[in-house]
Amino acid sequence: MAALNTKPNIAAPDDFYADLLAAHEGLSKAESDAFNARIILILSNHVGDREILREALAAAKAQNEEEKRS
Amino acid sequence: MDQTVETGGKKIFETPLYPYAKSPDQDPGANAHHPVVIVGAGPIGLGAAIDLAQMDIPVVVLDENDKVSWGSRAICFAKRPLEILDRLGCGDPMVDKGVVWNVGKVFFDERQVYDFNLLPEKGHKRPAFINLQQYYFEQYLVERAFELQRQGKPIELRGGNKVVSVTEKGNGVALSIDTPDGPYTMSADWMIACDGAGSPIRAMMGLDFVGRVFEDNFLIADVVMDADFPTERWFWFDPPFNRGQSALLHKQPDGVWRIDLQLGWNIDKDEEKKPENVIPRLKAMLGDDVKFELEWVSIYTFQCRRMEKFRHGHVIFAGDAAHQVSPFGARGANSGLQDTDNLCWKLKLVMDGLAPDRLLETYDVERIHGADENIMNSSRSTDFITPKSEISRIFRDAALDLSERYDFARPLVNSGRLSVPCVYDDSPLNGADALAGGPARTRPGAPCPDAPLGDGFLLDKLGNEFQLLAIDADIPDQVEDGGIAATALRISAADDASGDLAARYLGDAGSAVYLLRPDQHVAARWPSFDEAAVKTAIRTATGRA
Repeated sequence: MAALNTKPNIAAPDDFYADLLAAHEGLSKAESDAFNARIILILSNHVGDREILREALAAAKAQNEEEKRS
Repeated sequence: MDQTVETGGKKIFETPLYPYAKSPDQDPGANAHHPVVIVGAGPIGLGAAIDLAQMDIPVVVLDENDKVSWGSRAICFAKRPLEILDRLGCGDPMVDKGVVWNVGKVFFDERQVYDFNLLPEKGHKRPAFINLQQYYFEQYLVERAFELQRQGKPIELRGGNKVVSVTEKGNGVALSIDTPDGPYTMSADWMIACDGAGSPIRAMMGLDFVGRVFEDNFLIADVVMDADFPTERWFWFDPPFNRGQSALLHKQPDGVWRIDLQLGWNIDKDEEKKPENVIPRLKAMLGDDVKFELEWVSIYTFQCRRMEKFRHGHVIFAGDAAHQVSPFGARGANSGLQDTDNLCWKLKLVMDGLAPDRLLETYDVERIHGADENIMNSSRSTDFITPKSEISRIFRDAALDLSERYDFARPLVNSGRLSVPCVYDDSPLNGADALAGGPARTRPGAPCPDAPLGDGFLLDKLGNEFQLLAIDADIPDQVEDGGIAATALRISAADDASGDLAARYLGDAGSAVYLLRPDQHVAARWPSFDEAAVKTAIRTATGRA
């Protein structure tokens, strides 16, 4: 059974993070929102597995649930 | 069809086809009684009437009008309804007249982002879709009804007959009807209400119709033009000529084009409908030099909703009267025809005393399942076409932007999905699925997919009765249980050199025996014949298990 990998999986994480911020540099809020939507769709398609995608949605949602409770 | 309706140069929808005529039922003291009364002579009511009359069940259709529908209205008819029409004896005129299309183009902002070809699966008699004005659709059904009448079948269309009250009597219904000659009454064992989304029958009975309202208006215009647009479906998201909204261009027969423009929620409908406001909109879309004539203009809003139950005692609702969907995806008239396809054979068995009343409860089970699937699919299309929040618009636009460059995003773009019939999974009528290696698409509950068979097609040999289909297996001529017979149809995988038949009905199995329902749905299947198993499946499929 495939499962969402929540352990560190990105080599050179600081470099990746810098790339992510660099990609947004100079974009307006609307352009950044559009960029984020495109990157989510691109990565989701790459993952493909519906079960993993469901787990990823739940993992991201957990923060909202926690904020609602507190 | 050996007779066409003469229209004297008028448009067919301006011509009374079944004008009011006084019936002996209106004579004082007539106390008329009919086995089945159908309310509404639209596509669904007429389809039900033809189905019942073909089975020799006397049927009277009441409609307050006497013409086919005004304007084109429903225009997309999918493969499964065309197959049902074949069974009803009127598929050919529809398909001969209709426009077959396979290519679609999607535009976003000022550019085309991609095109697609439906690439319909080979080995089917009928195309994936035809476009045909609803008035032609109804005309051909009316002509088929008249043809049955001439053959002595018990079918009667009464125009100018408006049902004003209906009362459940426990063993049937009592109706009052208004006519140009005044009111009269009749009783019936059964009533099928096919009186449309605004169903007066539903209102008279005080029944619910809940669901989701979509706060949007669409301008629908059918124009006649000599344009060299190809026979394709063109869909625009946020085009320059209709900013922030959507637009659709689709071809119908006779040089008529369907144009659908989203207008938004806060508009003055009467203003928007005026030609002086419609024509500039169309010019902006089609270009100044294209000559066109308006045939029909309407503004519609829509809801996705259904009745909690379709069957209420001796009144059974079908089509838009029972459920309503958004028009994206051609699921209105198409699903309504599947309703009566499901209902009529069950009603016949119950009326003949061969099946218990609870067989009719499975009409609710199966068609509510279908309605929910249609509502889900058309709601999803609508949410894509008209995003309801900022973030849904951001994702919608992201999918459209990506679709221009990347194949992966194209399946996410939803401008209406191909309407496909639902599989009655989990239906209480489903029997054994004992064919090891059998294809999933022909599991119990599924509609039989068509396949080539010799010089013709399999579906032309199916329907109207229970059948035992044997593929390279031995079966007797007939299996009977409780007065219900399944008739043998013996074929071989070798009858189809293309291999489609084997791929659709055998899969990895070497032989198969299928029990098929009168509506061409699979009831049960096995690798070989077992009399006891077939009898059990017949009992299950007729609500007698």
